Amino acid sequence: MIENLVLSSADAVPAVSTAAQWSWLVVAIPLASAGLLLVLGSVADKWGHLVGVAASAAAFVVGLWTFIDLLSRPVVERAQDVAVFDWISGPLDLDVGLRVDQLSLAFVLLVTFVGTLIHIYSVAYMAHDPDRRRFFAYLNLFVAAMLLLVMADSYVVLFIGWEGVGLASYLLIGFWNQREEYAVAAKKAFIANRVGDVGMLIAMMIMFSELGSLRMDEVLGAAESMSATTATLIGLALLLAACGKSAQFPLQSWLGDAMAGPTPVSALIHAATMVTAGVYLVVRSGPIFEQAPGARLAVLIVGAITLLYGAIVGCAKDDMKKALAASTMSQIGYMMLAAGLGPVGAVFAIMHLLTHGFFKAGLFLGAGSVMHAMADQVDMRRFGALDKVMKVTWLTFMMGWLAILGVPPFAGFFSKDKIIEQAFVAPAGQLWQGWVFGLVALLGAGITAFYMSRLFFLVFYGKARWTDGQHPHESPALMTVPMMILALGSVFLGLVLTMIKFDDYLAPALVEGHHGEPVVNAYVIMGTTLALVVVGAWIAWVKFGSAKANVPVLPPAADGLVRAARADLYQDTVNNALLVRPGQALVRVATQTDDQVVDGAVRGLAWLLQGVGALVARVQNGYARSYAATMLAGVILLVAIVLAGRM
Amino acid sequence: MSPVSTAPDIVIDWTTLSPVIIVLGAAVASTLIEAVGARKARSGVAVQPPYLRVVQAGVALLAVAAAGLMALRLALQSEDSIGLNGDGAVVVDPMTLYLQLAIAACALIGLLVIADRTVQGEDAFAPQAAAVPGSEYEHKARRRGMTQSDVFPLVLFATGGMMLFPAAADLITMFVALELLSLPLYLLAGMARHRRLLSQEASLKYFLLGAFGSAFFLFGAAWVYGATGTLELTGIAAAVATPTGLDRILVVGMVLILVGLFFKVGAAPFHSWTPDVYQGAPTAITGFMAACTKIAAFGALLRVIYSVAPALNWDLEPILWTVAILTMVVGTVVGLVQKDVKRMLAYSAIAHAGFIMTGVAAWSADGLTGSLFYLFTYGVATVGGFGVIALIREVDQEGHMRGEATGLDQWRGLGRRSPVLAGVFAVFLLSFAGIPLTSGFVAKFAVFAAAFGAGGWFLAVVGLACSAAAAFFYARVIVAMFFSSPPEEPSVAVSGVGIGVRTLGLTQLAVAVSLAFTVVVGVVPGWFLNFTRGLAQLLW
Repeated sequence: MIENLVLSSADAVPAVSTAAQWSWLVVAIPLASAGLLLVLGSVADKWGHLVGVAASAAAFVVGLWTFIDLLSRPVVERAQDVAVFDWISGPLDLDVGLRVDQLSLAFVLLVTFVGTLIHIYSVAYMAHDPDRRRFFAYLNLFVAAMLLLVMADSYVVLFIGWEGVGLASYLLIGFWNQREEYAVAAKKAFIANRVGDVGMLIAMMIMFSELGSLRMDEVLGAAESMSATTATLIGLALLLAACGKSAQFPLQSWLGDAMAGPTPVSALIHAATMVTAGVYLVVRSGPIFEQAPGARLAVLIVGAITLLYGAIVGCAKDDMKKALAASTMSQIGYMMLAAGLGPVGAVFAIMHLLTHGFFKAGLFLGAGSVMHAMADQVDMRRFGALDKVMKVTWLTFMMGWLAILGVPPFAGFFSKDKIIEQAFVAPAGQLWQGWVFGLVALLGAGITAFYMSRLFFLVFYGKARWTDGQHPHESPALMTVPMMILALGSVFLGLVLTMIKFDDYLAPALVEGHHGEPVVNAYVIMGTTLALVVVGAWIAWVKFGSAKANVPVLPPAADGLVRAARADLYQDTVNNALLVRPGQALVRVATQTDDQVVDGAVRGLAWLLQGVGALVARVQNGYARSYAATMLAGVILLVAIVLAGRM
Repeated sequence: MSPVSTAPDIVIDWTTLSPVIIVLGAAVASTLIEAVGARKARSGVAVQPPYLRVVQAGVALLAVAAAGLMALRLALQSEDSIGLNGDGAVVVDPMTLYLQLAIAACALIGLLVIADRTVQGEDAFAPQAAAVPGSEYEHKARRRGMTQSDVFPLVLFATGGMMLFPAAADLITMFVALELLSLPLYLLAGMARHRRLLSQEASLKYFLLGAFGSAFFLFGAAWVYGATGTLELTGIAAAVATPTGLDRILVVGMVLILVGLFFKVGAAPFHSWTPDVYQGAPTAITGFMAACTKIAAFGALLRVIYSVAPALNWDLEPILWTVAILTMVVGTVVGLVQKDVKRMLAYSAIAHAGFIMTGVAAWSADGLTGSLFYLFTYGVATVGGFGVIALIREVDQEGHMRGEATGLDQWRGLGRRSPVLAGVFAVFLLSFAGIPLTSGFVAKFAVFAAAFGAGGWFLAVVGLACSAAAAFFYARVIVAMFFSSPPEEPSVAVSGVGIGVRTLGLTQLAVAVSLAFTVVVGVVPGWFLNFTRGLAQLLW
């Protein structure tokens, strides 16, 4: 209560610190760099990548400055809204402003730090690409849009960033657009994201019509007085948006195809940052979900389904990047599940998001390094025994592997195991929830251990199954140094975040939550999790890693479940049956008249060549008549409607 | 009430009528210039002195610019002057002035495209529109390098009719304006220089179906007159408020009037002419009419609906909803399978008519603001988009320039061959798709938010779903331009250094102006949205 009073008085006297006032530079610097690199064109080919790296690093420095400034402020004054400019005023009041608080800055530091490392890595990775400058322009554009997304102080500014990251992701997936399948992948991502965007727009429209505002402080401040129906509708619409962006069930199918893009892109966009935007959205909109238990349950269910789905698909993929993509899907499922648990879970969702950002980016960069060494080969059945030839890649990859498994004291242990523990916490009177979601999270951890170990062993252990004439070699320092830094994060970040009491730091940015007790003792959960992890990893070792393991170069025939998993659990087939085919049928019906016209025009032309007389006759007797008939039918329909209304 | 007895007292405020008068006056003058300027040649083919076209283009551009400035000046001072003119025939209120400004702006940009020609002296129009396609007469005219300048008076007449259309305060004036804007367009649609047959077919279809649509309007006006005894909108509104037992006749009459207007805005199921006409008409004309006709016809629709709204709301709302949903769905779904850029934009125009209608159906100041804003910004982007299409031409094997290359296949790889042109077109497409930082996003947001605010949830959700699906066919063009490799033997010429289309640069100017407006209003929409809202609220 008192805290609230203090907060509101702080609002009344907006004392925005110098650092916060300049925080717009975080977005502006990479944006300007992107614009510069695109406008200058080939003039900048020689040094464009350096500008790109510098812009990302500069954004990190500004972010760090703002962060230090934030820490120097008393806790109640840490959240600041910085007005940048009035975009639209009047009843449709849209201002562009930035929200500088604990949550947004955690993201800013993640995006700029990991982003800068990946920029550096890309200098070497893309060294032989003639379009490297354009690649860095897009990468900078992505960083700017992502930062705008997380720093937005209103949903409409967030939406601009949201579309911006979508655009950048689209451009980067299709970067090697000479290849037809890449263009197809880019298109698929675009469509899934547009479906999500509809959710975002619907949520915004409802907020605007109910509250007359899209500013976060106003919307979230008014959430408590919202009716449960409104909050549920907004919550479900936001969840749809989050599913599109974060590749959650049922909109997950695009992420695997998005791996067609260059590997640094997969690391930055499709692992560390953009795909977590959905989690950010749900956490940021926490007060709305607090008001809508139904929507929150939906978040839990989506998270639970996706974490299992991704894990199962990950077990069967032989394409190294696609296996990692499935794992990303599954890990974000964990975050989504945690976000749905309420404020206490949300802290761990964000914490896992940060640790995952490090170790998954590291794993992807490692995958890129392996591909670099193996002439862009991605089939893991063609790897093996790389631990001797690529020592740095092997060791850094191992750190990431241990982190994602959740082995203490690596990063994942502190974040993922906490999520599993929280999943066992049941809301009052809903004991089943604790058991169901807890067991799903626990099972997921076991499967994760299996498929990640399978991946790790297939790549680095066993016999060398390389295609003839390959001479794998370690990557240059520009690539390995970022990998090492990320590996350090994979080792220590979880421990560090726990030691600095990250949950206490983040809590003021979230709604107040109360800690509940899990349905089983926390140590029992931890013990069971670790036991399952060991079992999963051991099975993988026996089947794929040990000297005795015999891994066929071609995928063997398999039973139904494995076949289903290889085919993404038939997601594309389901999409086809549910969406594409009815859509095509609708199109067919709707175009029947149109087809007649197109054909008619062609046939008509042949006729018309015989003279204007034929032209008049043809058109008059033929197709204009059917147009007129359509119009007449329309008139009859409308008159019938209006008369029916009068009855 | 009786016009005859009060005839001596008719008050005409010439100032407020000046935008229409300037344009129609210029149209008459332009016709006279045309008549005096032409010379007969020995072979029986009329030829023109070369300066005539320049004079005509200048007259048209100046007149439309002057009319636009006049409308803007009146709009800025129209705090309270809601004036009826000519004893209730014409109403000049803020909405009229806003729409006249929008029509003048789009017509001005459109005229730049129309007036443009290649450095070889070819414009977009047939040397002899009256000639039978493929006849010896036509060849003769073409060989002589003839051009015609009678497009300019025709465009002026159409523009005058469009500016009068939303200002009409009685059904007769409205019908006259309808025909005044339509008849020149029927002719203009048939005057394409290339693909003469397609163009003439478009013209004829447009004329036949237009006549059909007009007949509905006239028939409806007769029914309404029968039920209410008046043709003035204010009189009809008053009669509607007092039930007489002839309500059903009145309501059916109103529906028939609306059908005539739905035809002009291209709303389903009265849209079927749109793709054929957009495709067949000269591209410069397509841009002009797609933008200006839509603005004018929506203006008239708003005028009719909002005049009788308070009493007939219950009857007309289901009609508007049905048509809006049908229009959005048909435009989007059929647009998805188009393989021709002009046809695709035609279906896009249909879908946009549906989106605008969600704002109209909101029956609120916000809805009116959104619809007006949408019309203006969409109109400008449309003229610009068709301007780009006019610059992308086919070449035949001997290297001669042909008509526009509108097949989506021909656009493959355009982004590599002419990045600027492809990039500009992509911006227009993004605006049509409603992506933030373009005017299209603000417009869509304004209409859908108004629909939500007025309780039209279902309408807005259908609209959002359709706009998401429509984004797919815009994306298809972008993918074709930037992500596909160009065909082995490019059969397309694009403007740019060293390749193909060299023009006087007027089209490029028009495209640049549209682009600037689309981006500026998208990035900083506040001033323009407030200007629109200020005028819309005066009416509410």
